Amino acid sequence: MQGGFGKLAWAALALIGAVCFATVALRRGESINALWIVTAAVAIYLVAFRFYGRYIARNVLQLDATRATPAFVHNDGLDYVPTNRHVLFGHHFAAIAGAGPLIGPVLAAQTGYLPGTLWLIIGVVLAGAVQDFLVLVISSRRDGRSLGDLVREEMGQAPGTIALIGTFLIMIIILAVLAMIVVKALAESPWGMFTVIATIPIAIVMGIYMRLIRPGKIAEISIGGFVLLLSAIWFGGEVAAHPTWGPVFTFSASQITWMLMAYGFVAAVLPVWLLLAPRDYLSTFLKIGTIFALAIGILIVMPELLMPALTTFTDGSGPVWKGSMFPFLFITIACGAVSGFHALISSGTTPKLLANETDAQFIGYGGMLMESFVAIMAMVAASIIDPGVYFAMNSPAAIIGTDAATVAATVSSWGFVVTPDVLTATAAEIGENSILSRSGGAPTLAVGIAQILHSILPGEGMMAFWYHFAILFEALFILTAVDAGTRAGRFMLQDLLGNFLPALRRTNAWGPNLIATAGCVGLWGWFLYQGVTDPLGGINMLWPLFGIANQMLAGIALMLCTVVLFKMKRDRYAWVSIVPAVWLLICTTAAGWMKLFNPNPAVGFLAQANRYRHAISADELILPSADMGAMQQVMISNYINAALTSVFMFVVFAVLLYSIKAIVRARSVGVRTDRETAYVAFQPQEAKA
Amino acid sequence: MDAPLMDFGFISIGRNVWRRLVQGARLCCGVPDYDNYVRHLVQEHPERPVPDYATFFRERLNARYRGGRGTRCC
Repeated sequence: MQGGFGKLAWAALALIGAVCFATVALRRGESINALWIVTAAVAIYLVAFRFYGRYIARNVLQLDATRATPAFVHNDGLDYVPTNRHVLFGHHFAAIAGAGPLIGPVLAAQTGYLPGTLWLIIGVVLAGAVQDFLVLVISSRRDGRSLGDLVREEMGQAPGTIALIGTFLIMIIILAVLAMIVVKALAESPWGMFTVIATIPIAIVMGIYMRLIRPGKIAEISIGGFVLLLSAIWFGGEVAAHPTWGPVFTFSASQITWMLMAYGFVAAVLPVWLLLAPRDYLSTFLKIGTIFALAIGILIVMPELLMPALTTFTDGSGPVWKGSMFPFLFITIACGAVSGFHALISSGTTPKLLANETDAQFIGYGGMLMESFVAIMAMVAASIIDPGVYFAMNSPAAIIGTDAATVAATVSSWGFVVTPDVLTATAAEIGENSILSRSGGAPTLAVGIAQILHSILPGEGMMAFWYHFAILFEALFILTAVDAGTRAGRFMLQDLLGNFLPALRRTNAWGPNLIATAGCVGLWGWFLYQGVTDPLGGINMLWPLFGIANQMLAGIALMLCTVVLFKMKRDRYAWVSIVPAVWLLICTTAAGWMKLFNPNPAVGFLAQANRYRHAISADELILPSADMGAMQQVMISNYINAALTSVFMFVVFAVLLYSIKAIVRARSVGVRTDRETAYVAFQPQEAKA
Repeated sequence: MDAPLMDFGFISIGRNVWRRLVQGARLCCGVPDYDNYVRHLVQEHPERPVPDYATFFRERLNARYRGGRGTRCC
């Protein structure tokens, strides 16, 4: 779109975005339609992509269409393959989309939809998409090396190792928090439990078919698997209603925790083709398919947002998570606005597949905009639910009580009027025994998704079907992430421990394999168990830890980008990564500091630990802990969480110091000092590939 | 004179879109384009044997979950 018409069209789009954005931000007292948010987001994404994205591509990075990418230089047809940009976009998006952007906005909705929506849109444009794009280009110009390697090369051995250890810890926390979301969603839910258990035999059948009967035929067996999944959801309803089988599939949260740990261990040790790979395929397609269905659903249904733009909990007293909006809103939203984990994907398989450097804007910047859009949809799904139901589902039992009448009274007293009948009717409608204190975000999101899908495909009892479809969709890709993460963590741990005991490095031997897998499962299992048994709901405790860790990793990635820009002698443009890096450092260190030292026990880990320590020495029981042993456990968990937060803070400050050192050194010399691989021009026949 | 009587361009466009979709879906599962790999082998490494699709698929599957690659996003 060149010339006057193009400019006019962009101006019109910008105007539409601004009007919708202003409507979302300024209209008070009446409910607005979800389309305002969706339109505002999409218009701003497009304008940001066209102008800011292109500014970074042309002025900051000076992308060079004649420079041969690693996919051409190292073309092996396997890991390094020049790939069509649309195909690669799909691959990259499938790799970065996960539970984070879905859960974060649901939890953030406690302050109303406005603060979260604003940060999702502003954050992705200025921070998240910038990070993904910069890291992708930096990695692509270094043979597609990983983030850890890049930090080591550009900043030195010590920060490289520090960043690697930080990454491992972050992964453990991510696995724990993801697993906890599943546990919370499946506890006391025979229907959900049955369908999730049913995915195991379905995956094994798929695995055997793909290995022995029709090798490598992914499409046909995935369709077969999908049909089996749908029948498992339908059959799950029958099982849950059955007088004998219903109770058989009803498990408490701590029972599911142990089952999940055992399962994670087995899945990580078994051959991948049998269980892990087929479930991975199924979950990938289901994930993409459901995201599309949700987008179409929102466009067709055009739901009204029932959640107010701002709730009274903007003061930090909310029941879902504690703490002031700054910094905790930004920590809670996490992945949908900026996610450090994407730096690992952008320096993983994607840079090895780039057909041309100039595609990086579409894939890196554009891919992250798409992820933010998923988060916007999650925010919409959480906001179309009756706010009274939202708070009944997301507040811990210790605050709102355990029976419908008490819960309805408590939630209504906050100004979100709801009757006990509505709570029990909603539970019956979605085929669950209770919706009270189903924290973790997944059940809430599932109710929202079910409402949207049910409006399009209505039917008697179909609400329950769609609810469990949504639960399965989340559980499936979370469990796949847990399995794959455990496997990856096992290799990382073997590598790490191999420094001290070389025998442990043998990845093919059974002994080291079992030890490292057990170690990895034990680590995330420990955090999972303490979260599940935490009387204050667990998600309260683990999600901020996860958010801090994730945003710190993003901070590290952006510091790396800044160092590289200075080394490239692009000082004038370094603000592009400095601005988001500084913001993330402020947010995460403020959050880390408050999590450590805030005197309010609901916010500060140390304050909470001390509160329990004093109570134990005075022999006073703090409800709802059952006995002194349980209180001891809460105390220890809080001390360990405090220690972990300190480690994260140490990692980020260490990387900051090394970054400053590297920048000072880069500025003191007159020439480029970055470690970009030498320029190789495209062969004439490759240039138009 | 060489111009076709009817424009069948839309068929080839459709086929192209479908091929890209399949390629993308496979790549999401860590399986790159097999035809492209065979072409690469024949052109660049004619001395090497060309694996059949099943062998190729198996090798890719193991590579996907090898150490350090299983990282998935949150």
